[in-house]
Amino acid sequence: MDPTRFRSQPDQPPDVGGRAIDNLRFIRETMEKAIAFTAVPGWGGVGMGVTAVAAALLSTLARTPEEWLGVWLVEAFVAFSIGAWAMARKARRAGATLFSGPARRFLLMLSPPLFAGAVVTLALARAGQTALLPGMWLLLYGTAVATGGAFAVRIVPAMGIVFMLLGCLTLVCPPSWGTAFLACGFGGLQIGVGVVIARRHGG
Amino acid sequence: MARARSSSSSPAAPAGRAPRRASPARGAVPDLDRVIHERTRLAIVAALAAQSPLSFRDLKTLLGATDGNLSVHARRLEEAGYVAAAKSFEGRIPRTQYRLTADGRRAFERYLDHLEALVKHARG
Repeated sequence: MDPTRFRSQPDQPPDVGGRAIDNLRFIRETMEKAIAFTAVPGWGGVGMGVTAVAAALLSTLARTPEEWLGVWLVEAFVAFSIGAWAMARKARRAGATLFSGPARRFLLMLSPPLFAGAVVTLALARAGQTALLPGMWLLLYGTAVATGGAFAVRIVPAMGIVFMLLGCLTLVCPPSWGTAFLACGFGGLQIGVGVVIARRHGG
Repeated sequence: MARARSSSSSPAAPAGRAPRRASPARGAVPDLDRVIHERTRLAIVAALAAQSPLSFRDLKTLLGATDGNLSVHARRLEEAGYVAAAKSFEGRIPRTQYRLTADGRRAFERYLDHLEALVKHARG
């Protein structure tokens, strides 16, 4: 918009009210963009990473693929809860809610790949192909973060792409490395990026 | 309308001049704060009101501004006391973090009130 918009025109009465409304709209859009830009919670990511490392250690004790899967399904629920709580907290601090504006948009963009991941998990588990799960999880979580974080600070979509690469690598490496890759991605990568976001982008 | 026109004649005060504050005594619709009213500065203040602090690089990406343009307007806001800049180094790379000051937040809220007053005034 033209910054001289409030300057009066010689032949026409100025539409001051309309211009003020335009400015209010501009302010709202800028504030929404700023919130979306830093909506991803850094400390929440750290928390999710810590529980992922714990899950990776615990899952090495599993005696059957079903037990291993059970550990990771519980971890998925715990991590999702931590992420949602941390995002709601950060949105609240910015004067928004989880289900309004930028945070809602982020969740909507994040959801389809996560839903696809849940469906494929069910299908592969029923087919007894649990060895493929770590690579698929990393790949689809990376897709979710890359798309959901498209309008966020650059480190967020970059993290999504690294997750995707890690997923591809996991799928071509020996299945026994799967848990280690999960620990690296959901644990190490998420903790590292979470600390950077928390320190640079307001928690 | 003459009053509204006088309250919005120039979008920005020259750099270095003290910010022109509201003068409600002149009428129902007070003057807009010229420091905030300029578009890039308004965007900086609005972004920092929603999310503080933001780095120079974040603001540049967020607002689609050039280095020079952002520097000039951020400095103008600093001079007015609306924005505080903290400079540091990450290795050899200089890093500037901006945050909105208490004065800046008050000025922004006042500016929003003024815009709302303009809308009400125009609607009669």
